[in-house]
Amino acid sequence: METAVSHELVRMVIAAVLVIAFVFLNAMIMGYLERKISAHIQRRPGLMEVGPHGILQLLIDGLKLIGKQLIVPKDADKPLFRLAPLLSFTPVVLPLIVIPFGPKLQVRDLDIGLVFILAVSSLNVMAILIAGWSSNNKYSLFGAMRSVAQNISYEIPMLLSLLAVVMITNTFSMQGIIAAQNKIWFFIVQPVAFLIYLTASFAETNRAPFDLPEAESELTAGYHTEYSGMGFSLFMLAEYANMFVVCSIATVLFLGGWRGIPLPLGDYGPAIWFFLKVYGLMLFMIWVRWTYPRTRFDQLMNFCWKYMIPFALVNLLVTAVVVKLI
Amino acid sequence: MPEPCRPDSKPHRFFLNMGPQHPSTHGVLRVILEMDGEYVVDPQPVLGYGHRMHEKMAECRPWPQFLPNTGRMDYAAALPYNHGYVALIERLAGIEVPLRAEYIRVITSELNRIASHLLWFGALLLDLGAFTPILYSFDDREQILDILEDITGSRLTYCYFRVGGVSKDIDDKFVERTRAFIKRLRGRFPMYEKLVNGNIIFIKRVEDIGIIDADMCRRYGATGPVIRGAGVPYDIRKSEPYSVYPEFDFEIPVGSKGDSMDRFLVRFQEMEQSLRIIEQALDKLPEGPFMAKVPKKLKLPAGDANFSVEAARGELAYYLISDGSDVPYRLKIRVPSYSNLSLLPEMCRGMLLSDLVAAMGSLDLVIPEIDR
Amino acid sequence: MKNNGYFKELFVGAKSLLVGLGVTFKAFTQPIVTVQYPREKLEITPNYRGHIELVRDPETGECPCIVCGMCARTCPCGCITVKGEKKEGEKRKSLTVFQLDFTKCSLCGLCVESCPKAAIDFSQDYNIAGFTREEFHYDLIKRLEERG
Ligand code: SF4
Ligand code: SF4
Repeated sequence: METAVSHELVRMVIAAVLVIAFVFLNAMIMGYLERKISAHIQRRPGLMEVGPHGILQLLIDGLKLIGKQLIVPKDADKPLFRLAPLLSFTPVVLPLIVIPFGPKLQVRDLDIGLVFILAVSSLNVMAILIAGWSSNNKYSLFGAMRSVAQNISYEIPMLLSLLAVVMITNTFSMQGIIAAQNKIWFFIVQPVAFLIYLTASFAETNRAPFDLPEAESELTAGYHTEYSGMGFSLFMLAEYANMFVVCSIATVLFLGGWRGIPLPLGDYGPAIWFFLKVYGLMLFMIWVRWTYPRTRFDQLMNFCWKYMIPFALVNLLVTAVVVKLI
Repeated sequence: MPEPCRPDSKPHRFFLNMGPQHPSTHGVLRVILEMDGEYVVDPQPVLGYGHRMHEKMAECRPWPQFLPNTGRMDYAAALPYNHGYVALIERLAGIEVPLRAEYIRVITSELNRIASHLLWFGALLLDLGAFTPILYSFDDREQILDILEDITGSRLTYCYFRVGGVSKDIDDKFVERTRAFIKRLRGRFPMYEKLVNGNIIFIKRVEDIGIIDADMCRRYGATGPVIRGAGVPYDIRKSEPYSVYPEFDFEIPVGSKGDSMDRFLVRFQEMEQSLRIIEQALDKLPEGPFMAKVPKKLKLPAGDANFSVEAARGELAYYLISDGSDVPYRLKIRVPSYSNLSLLPEMCRGMLLSDLVAAMGSLDLVIPEIDR
Repeated sequence: MKNNGYFKELFVGAKSLLVGLGVTFKAFTQPIVTVQYPREKLEITPNYRGHIELVRDPETGECPCIVCGMCARTCPCGCITVKGEKKEGEKRKSLTVFQLDFTKCSLCGLCVESCPKAAIDFSQDYNIAGFTREEFHYDLIKRLEERG
């Protein structure tokens, strides 16, 4: 009995360390990919100086950011200003606990895994709001307000599209959803839901073309205008981790999770498939970012309320009817 | 067009200071915005951060020494500025310019116009949040700069035209490279059209935004692509022809509504028209001297003269009063961006902040030209 | 937003977005057009106008400057200082001081054109940097001697 508890404790600690390490690693990989891909899209070489093809650049950048002074503006709300980056970082780490990287590679398979992820990751908005508010800068505040409005509206179509899948699988457990896709991946069954989810996820992660909260040609840098050093890098880490979470949900719900042609790597084979799919989606997000201009705020809202939500509702209705009939 | 959400509730308004260091004011323009939420109630531009007293400088030195200054007002398209000034002196002193020199002036000015429009194209898209098009357009612009560098000796602030001609003749290499460039840019237009012109997000951002009608243009004295976007075919190259422009066959693209989209399309089509002019000029390029015989110490006769050219942003006019010495008594420069900027408050009242940025980008302002 | 426009806009819009993605993907596969500046350098055109330099007459090997001061007078920015003195037994003045204050030069080329003896020409230096203003006060006679 006692050993079971301590085992569980050791497991949790290891998992927590790994998860946090992974968030940093993910930001480094994504930062590198983002800069390299954007460079090639723009027909320049991009990072080239530190390490072969600039692989170590992000490491150096990280060190530089850590070494920088965290400047707190004179009129800022100081406690909140310091709290906001941490607050943005926490909710993106928690969802990693329930994400199934492989059939056995998962910290915890909660029965309400999906609900847990959605609940926790929407906390991110709070952090952005606090950051924008406490900076005492009008541009930051604009960024924060936009972010809140956008995240809250886009959560609706996102949930509706996920709900359609849940109706089919009848479970919120991540492993359960993957298990239900043993015959066919759900993006074939639910193409509309998949598209809606994908679009909403751009808005949820504040990525271009929906990067209004940090629209730099309008709001300089949006909610993190006043942040420097580690404060800024925590926001960056959170953004990339958030992208990872959002893409893993898409992978689990629509792309069959860790399923794929079996690789001779034991339990790690499925994990490779999982990461391939997630990073594939993330590369797509990068590709989109470097192609399009930014939408306007009211257009973004119109698009949500006029297109996404009706489509998601109809899709949900059709799914319900079909599930009932079968 | 959205109305301010609470049109007459004063207490909710606040001021937002945009610039002088802001990513989308392109230089040192400052705009004080009275805001109501995200809606702009009253934008007021504040000028003068880059003031260098160019007009006063002209009054303090012999007229040839003002020549380098002309390239430093509108740095994005310096050659039309050179052109206006030397043509003004030529008109006042009655100097005949050799035909070949006029052709060279037209070719290089049009190349410069395309370079300027490519720069604006990228900058507008940057204002709208697309990072990639500016690098594509700079790739093309780089070719022009290389061609012009080879002939003028500098890349941006040209000082190439001289009273009576140009400082250096063009050679076969120049002609060849220019022809190659024309072909290249024609091949690139479809790519731009696919990437930008047809993009739904782009269309939504510029269509029906910042409408300026012809009447408003006249009231404020707006010229160039701004008034042409409003449907008025006013282009100095046609309406008050100078140099050898009458010898070429080209069109003046005009818009219909006067929104940002029209101004965008006008400039986009102007690039094509400029290519046509260059092509014809290269075909017809006459042999002969590239510099007229100008006395070493040319005194201007007493009197006044003015000269207008079509710069990349609109009508540029020089007006010079001479008292007979070699120092001008007064030189007045009318720059297009100044009048175009003055449209901003009326155009942007009641707009969203994002639209203000887009509309300002579509005016194609160069701030050092305004402040001069 | 009427019924038919509603779906049409959706499809046209989606198509335009896909076309855009196609353009950037094509660019992604194409070769790089920039150079890594300090490591690779592009050939600079011989017609580039850098700061001015005194030159030698290819026949005599001497600088043909006659200290007429035309260049200094033509310069709009007043950045050239020329001084000379008449030595015993020489027909013309010889050059003793030729200073260029490059911080003020606007690279217009008027001085080169005004020189009656073609004693000055443009250099090809384009990447000049320094920490103080004084580094840009060039003594062109010294530079001429250093070049040999
Ligand atoms: S290039 Fe022009 S500014 Fe420079 S030294 Fe010569 S005349 Fe003076
Ligand atoms: S460099 Fe030429 S213009 Fe200047 S003083 Fe010497 S000879 Fe005269």
